[in-house]
Amino acid sequence: MSFLAAASTGSHASLWIFLAFVAATLVITWFSARRSRGASAYFAAGRRITGWQNGLAVAGDYMSAASFLGIAGMIAMNGYDGFMYSVGFLVAYLTVLFIIAEPLRNAGKYTMADVLAYRLKPRPVRAAAALSTLTVSLFYMIAQMVGAGVLVRQLIPGVTYEVAVIGVGILMVVYVVFGGMLATTWVQIIKAILLIAGSILLSILVLKRFDFDLGKFFSSLTAITSTTADGQSVTRNFLTPGLIFKNPWDQISLGMALLLGTAGLPHILIRFYTVPDAKTARASVVWAMLIIGAFYIMTTFFGFGAASLLGPDHIQQHGGTNMAAPELARYLGGEIFFAFICAVAFATILAVVAGLTISASTSFAHDFFVNVLHHGREQKPGAEVHIARITALVVGAASIVIAILLGPGVNVAFLVGLAFAVAASANLPVIIFSLYWKRFTTAGAVVGLLVGLASSIVLILISPDFMKTPLFPLKNPALVSVPLGFLGAWLGTILSKEQASLEKFTELQVRANTGLGAEKASLH
Amino acid sequence: MSSSDTPSSNQDLTPLIGSQTDIAPLGRGGLKPSHEQTADEDADPIEWARIANDPDFRALMRRKFRLVIPATAFFLVYYFLLPLGVGWFPGLMERKVWGAMNLAYLYALSQFLMAWILAGIYVVVASRWDRQQRDLLNKFGVGNR
Repeated sequence: MSFLAAASTGSHASLWIFLAFVAATLVITWFSARRSRGASAYFAAGRRITGWQNGLAVAGDYMSAASFLGIAGMIAMNGYDGFMYSVGFLVAYLTVLFIIAEPLRNAGKYTMADVLAYRLKPRPVRAAAALSTLTVSLFYMIAQMVGAGVLVRQLIPGVTYEVAVIGVGILMVVYVVFGGMLATTWVQIIKAILLIAGSILLSILVLKRFDFDLGKFFSSLTAITSTTADGQSVTRNFLTPGLIFKNPWDQISLGMALLLGTAGLPHILIRFYTVPDAKTARASVVWAMLIIGAFYIMTTFFGFGAASLLGPDHIQQHGGTNMAAPELARYLGGEIFFAFICAVAFATILAVVAGLTISASTSFAHDFFVNVLHHGREQKPGAEVHIARITALVVGAASIVIAILLGPGVNVAFLVGLAFAVAASANLPVIIFSLYWKRFTTAGAVVGLLVGLASSIVLILISPDFMKTPLFPLKNPALVSVPLGFLGAWLGTILSKEQASLEKFTELQVRANTGLGAEKASLH
Repeated sequence: MSSSDTPSSNQDLTPLIGSQTDIAPLGRGGLKPSHEQTADEDADPIEWARIANDPDFRALMRRKFRLVIPATAFFLVYYFLLPLGVGWFPGLMERKVWGAMNLAYLYALSQFLMAWILAGIYVVVASRWDRQQRDLLNKFGVGNR
């Protein structure tokens, strides 16, 4: 097999480093599987993860390969505009901190839909929420899987696109099926530590080249020469905005998707159920913000550093945009450092897809199977966890097949954009209304979820990413689909009446704001 | 008669239908189905409405909104000024501030500080809410639930 053949040549240090990471995570999975008994252990790691651990895990769940390799590449090729991406990814966590994390932890159990089902009719609301959760998770997962396949082909010679996709798929299924949330959490924690360590090393090595003089570093960016598509040589100031993004509305729409979508991403939200109480959930958001912020600030050094030290033309000839960070590592630290950064990139993908798999399977088992199909009762003890394990297997298999069928050429950026847009337009409006608007009804929630979901998908299908003469001018639909999601939820509500929802609002409000009756951590 | 001989008054005394002996056991244990419960039995042991209408709870909610609403409005405006400024006032944003560093980069970098500072303020203030929450729950005798 090519995989083993590549490993045995010995020159492929990245494969060895990566195999060490896989071995460590499998040991963790084995220990988690022995410890994990019962639904709360499987879905929420027994709610015993500490604040800083969960902060690292949130960061590990969130910082995808698109952030690490994609943003570094964008800055390296076109300068400042790539850095604008970095900003939105951090500021988004203020929405999570101020509006979502604590009430969610206080009022819910395993999924986002728990908060909605609290005072609304559980079955229709959970069915719609499970649909949007599965949509977001699947789009995001396929984007990550395709990304993994493309990357590994460049990073580790001898491994094909299909082998990489299948390998990633099998590993994530093993973590989730056997180790549940506990194993997933630790895979994410290790990955976050590796990613931060890699970024710090890379940044220090870049700054060393400029004698740790920031003034010198920034003035080196004012004249970067590159060759355009028609063979002309141009020199540009890489600190100038607007070198890639010509339409400001695109930036505003994308910012909206990031700022409001992060707080609606199911795989991020379920992380707050793994801590003992709302206070710890709050602390974990702050830890996550420190880690995520530090990482995105460092994109300055390794993104601009690649532009200044390697130059866009060199990156273009050595694997293209996504390879800017690994190529920079090779230039600064030789083959071993290149191998380490490649392994970090792969670990990054694995941790994110594991988080997506467990969020999809939790939502299917808890929301759809137990609460919609069986009216909230398990058929026999352990059925919920059993179904979640089977779902994880199915989700893994499906995403392997879809990623292979789509092939390496598919545009993954739009899949990620779509996931954020659906989260912002479908999930966030109904979560906010159900927590803060007394009059909110089941009809409002279902209409809001479906309108947000449908409008995001339709607007993306008629956007410039899909049509030569687009009917809708923006690449990300959030600017239009988020207001539509809110409008749908509002219209559905004022056109219906629900006494039970009004009466239960006081209870939800007290629970969400005091933690009275919240799910407790398990004792051992 | 000791209490163990008679089923307590709130248990359902209806004989079980279809039991295997002629003498049906008196009453069945466990909870009554919801449609057989009296209003008292159905009542939630926690008085949500009383807590919700308590002046201390209302004051807590007001304090939360007084921080969260302006803070959210502030960070949304602060964030969207970046794409707005870069998009429509490029001349201003390209002005050099320190060496080669221009206003556009500095403003983007300031967003990180802004996010951290707002998060820090929120955590400090929210730890005060935690104490007020605990006092409130203790007042209603449900602090340990």
